[in-house]
Amino acid sequence: MLRYILKRLMIMLVTLWIIVTLTFILMVSIPGSPFNSERGTNEAVQANLEAHYNLDEPYIIQYLLYLKSIVTFDFGPSIKQPSQTVNDMLGRGFPISFELGIMTIIVAVISGVTLGVFAALKHNNVIDYLAMGFAVLGISIPNFVLATLLIQQLAVNLEIFPVARWLSPAHMILPITALATGPMAIIARLTRSTMLEVLTQDYIKMARAKGLSPWKIIIKHALKNALLPVVTIMGTLLASILTGTFVIEKIFAVPGMGKYFVESINQRDYPVIMGTTVFYSSFLIIMLFLVDIAYGILDPRIKIHKKGGE
Amino acid sequence: MDTILEVKNLHVTFSTYGGTIKAVRGVDFHLNKGETLAIVGESGCGKSVTSNAIMRLIPDPPGKITNGTIVFKDKDLTALPEKTMRSIRGVDISMIFQDPMTALNPTLTIGTQLMEGVRQHHRITSDQAKSKALEMMHLVGIPNPTERLKQYPHQFSGGMRQRIVIAMALICEPELLIADEPTTALDVTIQAQILELFDEIQEATGVSIILITHDLGVVAKIADRIAVMYAGKIIEVGTKREIFYDPQHPYTKGLLKSVPRLDVTGEKLVPIDGTPPDLFSPPKGCPFTARCPFAMEVCDKVYPVTTEQSDTHKVDCWLQDERAKQLLAASAIKQ
Repeated sequence: MLRYILKRLMIMLVTLWIIVTLTFILMVSIPGSPFNSERGTNEAVQANLEAHYNLDEPYIIQYLLYLKSIVTFDFGPSIKQPSQTVNDMLGRGFPISFELGIMTIIVAVISGVTLGVFAALKHNNVIDYLAMGFAVLGISIPNFVLATLLIQQLAVNLEIFPVARWLSPAHMILPITALATGPMAIIARLTRSTMLEVLTQDYIKMARAKGLSPWKIIIKHALKNALLPVVTIMGTLLASILTGTFVIEKIFAVPGMGKYFVESINQRDYPVIMGTTVFYSSFLIIMLFLVDIAYGILDPRIKIHKKGGE
Repeated sequence: MDTILEVKNLHVTFSTYGGTIKAVRGVDFHLNKGETLAIVGESGCGKSVTSNAIMRLIPDPPGKITNGTIVFKDKDLTALPEKTMRSIRGVDISMIFQDPMTALNPTLTIGTQLMEGVRQHHRITSDQAKSKALEMMHLVGIPNPTERLKQYPHQFSGGMRQRIVIAMALICEPELLIADEPTTALDVTIQAQILELFDEIQEATGVSIILITHDLGVVAKIADRIAVMYAGKIIEVGTKREIFYDPQHPYTKGLLKSVPRLDVTGEKLVPIDGTPPDLFSPPKGCPFTARCPFAMEVCDKVYPVTTEQSDTHKVDCWLQDERAKQLLAASAIKQ
């Protein structure tokens, strides 16, 4: 197990390095610089500014400086807002994005699994058709369309929820709903199909032959097996929720990390681009790693230590 | 001898898009305390459906017990509410399934799966459940039971898994054990071991066993009585000796002829020609008529009455009718 974790950590570092390098290459190949928009700066001032941020150095030196900033996790101040460092921005934005993301995942998993299980138990019944119809809608409607629809109906017309911002639990309901519907629908469909398959297995019949109650059979014997494929797609869902937060944060004016991420690219704010990219990608990589570990715990047939010990 | 189970006129049907399958069409048999009854027959003859009906484990829909009674210790199981039935399953009647590879939940430890049965039905502590589980592991012959309890099914071989399944079925000390093809999925050497285990367990616990199988070798080894099933009906029943040495129904004779014997050399195995009837629309008369070398006109039209060869030996065949016997005798004289 320890060997497997170490091996995975190495791979994660390599992955991260590739991401960082690609980001750097993309960054320097986009035309423009952080100072393009400044009006009336003459050549000398521009050169001074570039020198101050080491932008006049050869690319290889800049690249090494970036690597250094990543290793020390000190990205320095933002170029556009010199009063705050990149770490300040991450420290302020991340807790909010994290809150949104985590609650979205919790809502999506709980409601998706519940919907899927009920659909499977009431197979070919009205409940099944309703749940699956709902799931198809959830998968097909993009979250930004759903978000604007929710704002228009529930916030503007009916005035049940606030239109935007992130101040109280009531503010959280619409963004979380908009963001969670898609993943929930995917989880519901997957849970239903795996549940239907698991319910025909011999060990379910065996559990019935033992005289266990129906709920015990479903929760203890069926659900655990039915959830394995759901755990598998959790990695992909996490990535989509993470990118979804950019859009949703923008629509609902949630002061999370998405704002900095998008703005920094538009403004060529190199330290912020670097900081947010490294942060997002490490977060995603770690999450995927945790999903793999969870898979090994849920399914004893997967021997994690053996994979690492080849 | 006390009768522990009496099945009378059992009918089970399955509704499908293609029509209604009459899988079991009036089955009668009884089981005495402490004996082993084997129900034999080819695939699709209704033997597994019969055993599932006793456990009330037929998926409904599409399956349904449409008629008949299953009396277990003075209670008609077909009339019990599901909740009462749950308190009988695993406690009074247990079941062993064909394939030990799929009968165990791959994500739960053996210990959990062994103990959940007792813990469901008896108010006992987890320590008591554990010692009971260890005792059962010992009974079915699993070495290192303490460590083995913590392991998962994939860490066991096929034979060991079947032992676990048997231990699971026996942990609440049931009075009736239904074994649905318990050795079909196992290697021949393991089969012998498992059959021996059944013998030992029956001796130790006095459990009555219904053995569902199509393997006459298994039957010869452990059965006391044999019921031969064909197309949803029991066509002949008798003690092991009566069925093996004095089979009366042409189907039983055919079955026995298609089994290789060590004591007879140079004789060819004779398969039974043809296929069983379609159970969507089973024939009115004897279902074996189309394949029977001795079929008479009456066979196709009316189902034969049950004739008794002895107290224990019963057969459903028109050849047993006095008129048929006279006819046969007459034709023998002519020749």
